[in-house]
Amino acid sequence: MPEMTYREALRSTLIEEMDRDPTVILLGEDIGLYQGTFRITEGLLERYGPKRVVDTPISELGFIGAGIGMAMLGLRPVVEVMTWNFSLPAADQILQNAAKVRYFSGGQVSVPLVIRGPNGAGVQLSAQHSQSFESFYGHFPGLRVVAPATPADAKGLLRTAIRGNSPVIFLEHAALYGVKGPVPEGEHAVPFGQAAVVRPGRHVTVVAYSRMLHLALAVADRLAGEGIECEVVDPRTLRPLDLDTVAASVRRTHRAVVVQEQWRPFGAAAEITAGIYERCFDDLDAPVERVTGEDVPAPYARNLERLAFPDEDRIEQGIRRVLA
Amino acid sequence: MAEVIMPKMGDAMTEGKVVAWRKREGERVQPGEVLAEIETDKVNVEIEAEAGGILHITVPEGQAVPVGTVIAYINGPPAAAAVPEPEPSAAAPEPGQPSAPPAAPQPEVSPPQEPVVRVKASPLARKLAAEHGVDLREVKGTGPGGRVVERDVLAWVEQRAAQRAPRPAPVSPEADFEDLPLSRMRQAIARVVVQSKQQIPHFYVTTEADVGRALELRAQLQEALGEGERLSVNDLVLKATGLALRRFPELNSQVLDDQTVRRFRRVHLGIMVATPDGLVVPVLRDADRLPLRELAREARRLVEGARAKRLRQEDLAGATFSVSNLGMYEVTNFVAIIQPPQAGILAVGRAQERPVVWEGQVVARPILQLTVSADHRVTDGVGAAEFVAEVKRLLENPLLLLL
Amino acid sequence: MQPHAESLAVPVETLLDWYRTLVFVRRFEEQTERSFRRGKIGGYLHVGIGQEAVPLGFLSAARADDIFFVSYRDHVHTLVRGTDPGAVMAELYGKLTGTCKGKGGSMHLFDVARGNYGGYGIVGGHLPLAVGAAYALRYRGTDRVCLCFFGDGAMNSGALHEAANLAGLWGRDGMCPVVFVVENNQYGMGTSVERASAVTELSRRFDAYDIPNERCDGMDPVVVYEVATRVVQEVRGTGRPYAVEAVTYRFAGHGAADLFQSYRSKDEVERWRQRDPIVLVERRLRALGALDDARAAEVARWADQRVQEAVAFAEQSPEPPPEELYRDVYGD
Repeated sequence: MPEMTYREALRSTLIEEMDRDPTVILLGEDIGLYQGTFRITEGLLERYGPKRVVDTPISELGFIGAGIGMAMLGLRPVVEVMTWNFSLPAADQILQNAAKVRYFSGGQVSVPLVIRGPNGAGVQLSAQHSQSFESFYGHFPGLRVVAPATPADAKGLLRTAIRGNSPVIFLEHAALYGVKGPVPEGEHAVPFGQAAVVRPGRHVTVVAYSRMLHLALAVADRLAGEGIECEVVDPRTLRPLDLDTVAASVRRTHRAVVVQEQWRPFGAAAEITAGIYERCFDDLDAPVERVTGEDVPAPYARNLERLAFPDEDRIEQGIRRVLA
Repeated sequence: MAEVIMPKMGDAMTEGKVVAWRKREGERVQPGEVLAEIETDKVNVEIEAEAGGILHITVPEGQAVPVGTVIAYINGPPAAAAVPEPEPSAAAPEPGQPSAPPAAPQPEVSPPQEPVVRVKASPLARKLAAEHGVDLREVKGTGPGGRVVERDVLAWVEQRAAQRAPRPAPVSPEADFEDLPLSRMRQAIARVVVQSKQQIPHFYVTTEADVGRALELRAQLQEALGEGERLSVNDLVLKATGLALRRFPELNSQVLDDQTVRRFRRVHLGIMVATPDGLVVPVLRDADRLPLRELAREARRLVEGARAKRLRQEDLAGATFSVSNLGMYEVTNFVAIIQPPQAGILAVGRAQERPVVWEGQVVARPILQLTVSADHRVTDGVGAAEFVAEVKRLLENPLLLLL
Repeated sequence: MQPHAESLAVPVETLLDWYRTLVFVRRFEEQTERSFRRGKIGGYLHVGIGQEAVPLGFLSAARADDIFFVSYRDHVHTLVRGTDPGAVMAELYGKLTGTCKGKGGSMHLFDVARGNYGGYGIVGGHLPLAVGAAYALRYRGTDRVCLCFFGDGAMNSGALHEAANLAGLWGRDGMCPVVFVVENNQYGMGTSVERASAVTELSRRFDAYDIPNERCDGMDPVVVYEVATRVVQEVRGTGRPYAVEAVTYRFAGHGAADLFQSYRSKDEVERWRQRDPIVLVERRLRALGALDDARAAEVARWADQRVQEAVAFAEQSPEPPPEELYRDVYGD
């Protein structure tokens, strides 16, 4: 299997899908001439021209709304948000139009739209630029919410997102763009709603997605030295959320830790935890642990920022608590 | 407000079950009316209302609770009782004004605190415990805060398996044994006798009494009493025991702690009664003072009541010494186990014709063997010997029983 | 504002057709208010009484394959476009036979087969959609046009400015054949344009985005039609956006719950009633000898009958079955 970076997996998938289907077009800020803030769209303007690679003004409400209108007319727009922090001016468009228009039109229109970009904490970007939006968007029916952690999943999930007929909130992570991994050749696609058991283990189930998956895997390595076998499960998509796979794992291990990068209240970890309780309460030998970010806006100072987000040590502590 | 509690019906009773409520929730009851039927280790008894008022039931039918648990309130639980009556003078509404809503909301009937301590256990531990028939209260939890977790139940199950012969869960019909559950009453008896033999240093003294004269006296008295009443040899034994204890009261006592023994001034004899379910021990009060005829009547009431399970609470509590008579069986001598917290029990066998020297001649006489089991903490051999010798003397000179 | 176009050559037959349509949609809207009062129609109900000339004029000028987006005041647009009145009434009644299976209601009438891309309930929220849709029409190589109807209230939303800027930008490449139709009925709920907008000549706002624009009478269907015909033709040709502010008036309250209308005087309403689009068309037809009392009464009877048929259809239609609750959430 060839190795490639998360970034290259995304970019190559865009190229493959644009080559395959002329209705796939790209919109976003500085995706063309500038080559993309994170260079996901590098070279694409040259390759496909300005009608398919549309540089937009800093106008998320406008161009995300326009993307929805294009999708309603049968195009397959892939809209880049420079970061998901900038999606909030367009929240009305995403939540009130994209998520619902199919429903309130009685199924007369679909919105085959992908909105993609980096989500979550950066490095010293402070409060307005360090946020995770999976819980926010995951709350709304009509949206799909996807958060790949590996290059293979980035490719496979993006392909599924582009070819699907529902609006997809595609949450990348800036810290992962340079991560390398094996990616299957050909038209590799990962269906939505299928969690992956990334590492099997007997003693505790650790549920983690996006960047947190990599921390969880590192901790699992660390604990394996002590004979503690962690089963690491990546839900990969949060809407739909594959709780069956998570629950099947917990039925084997009887203990679970759920990791989430940011705020605990009403978070994805809460949803996954509740799902575990609902599906396999009687199999639990300990309360489910949540390892989450601190309940504060992201601070600028590096030392405070380190305290604000989960790290390997905190995940390890969570695992030890649940194993006590 | 009055509390209705699960009464302690016997010294060894730790819990009881509400078999049936005879009054409904919210019903007005009068003092003395029967509220409920309670099943204890020994008998089913009825509880009467001590006060009148509205009944609020807190323990449903079929539930067993520890002794002393409030099973109902008459005139409301504490919360209700605490609501002050509105002062009639203070807030009387103006005529013509709509009356204000009551200051305090109608209190909910809140059950008292759950008396049973809830075992902290993980869901998995609970499931495993149910599967293996493990009582979680017996398992020590090693999880956070003492929570019983999977490993604790598994360890307990392993330990149990190692301790006892593996119990073939379902006994096949071909097996040459069957496993039967211990009845509630047998479980209670088991607890009592284990406690007795473990905690009370028993010793035993036996004597023989010639009861020829006693039998003659019984026959004469029975003839005089006629068909309507009955007098048994055991009644004479009970009377003799009562009198002997009055004279030698060391065994009419109870050990309270290492430094204290309580000696009773009255003699209440527990009569061991065998029933199909097990032993029941009604109490014959003031056995030393009751005239023989009344004693016989009362003893009969108690024995029949025990067999029919219709004794009241006070019939079962407060014995100071016990008498066990296996005379109706082919038993000449046996030793009995002391009923804690008593200090002695007299075992009475069957009077048997035996050759004895009687006024210089070898003749056949009815001989009764009497064995006292005594708590060595309250007396020694001499004390017990004096007691049985006195019983013997009284039975061999039965007119003394009529004094 | 454009002068009255008395001389415009609208054939008498077309005028008569419009007259019938206007009377019918008026009776239809009056019926929806009655049904609302009787509890047959739930939720919000925003009728188009008084403003009919704008959708009638524009949709008459547009081609059948042109598409449109509209605000929540969408009944007249839908009816004028030719959607079965029974299906519209059934939608308002929350019935399975409604335009959206009873799942949208008054604010979300869709008929995609007729180019009706729907009514939207958030003021200004549909403007970016229309811009994107217009782009898509060009991207796919068609010469179809997208009409985007919205009220004066939406002029003050951020969405208007972002949508107009994108339209202006993309229009430079001929990629945005959208007509912004401002239905300036002079009140955003109860707030007049004067009290809501720093520039009361709303069409001028589009100058900022280099979008050609004009203001016109929005009460006279003939005038609207004339403007619309010209504008739609131009947009179709250039692929550039255009904005028309049609000055109109709603005789009804903002919604069915707007009972007191304390924000305007009865006199004002009465003045505008003199320019009721039905009155204007009727006057022309009578002047041309194409309409007399008997013919007008006949049209009224026909309109009432159609409305009653729509009501009967809605009444008799089944409610959506429970399984509809879970349908149409996702497109796959």
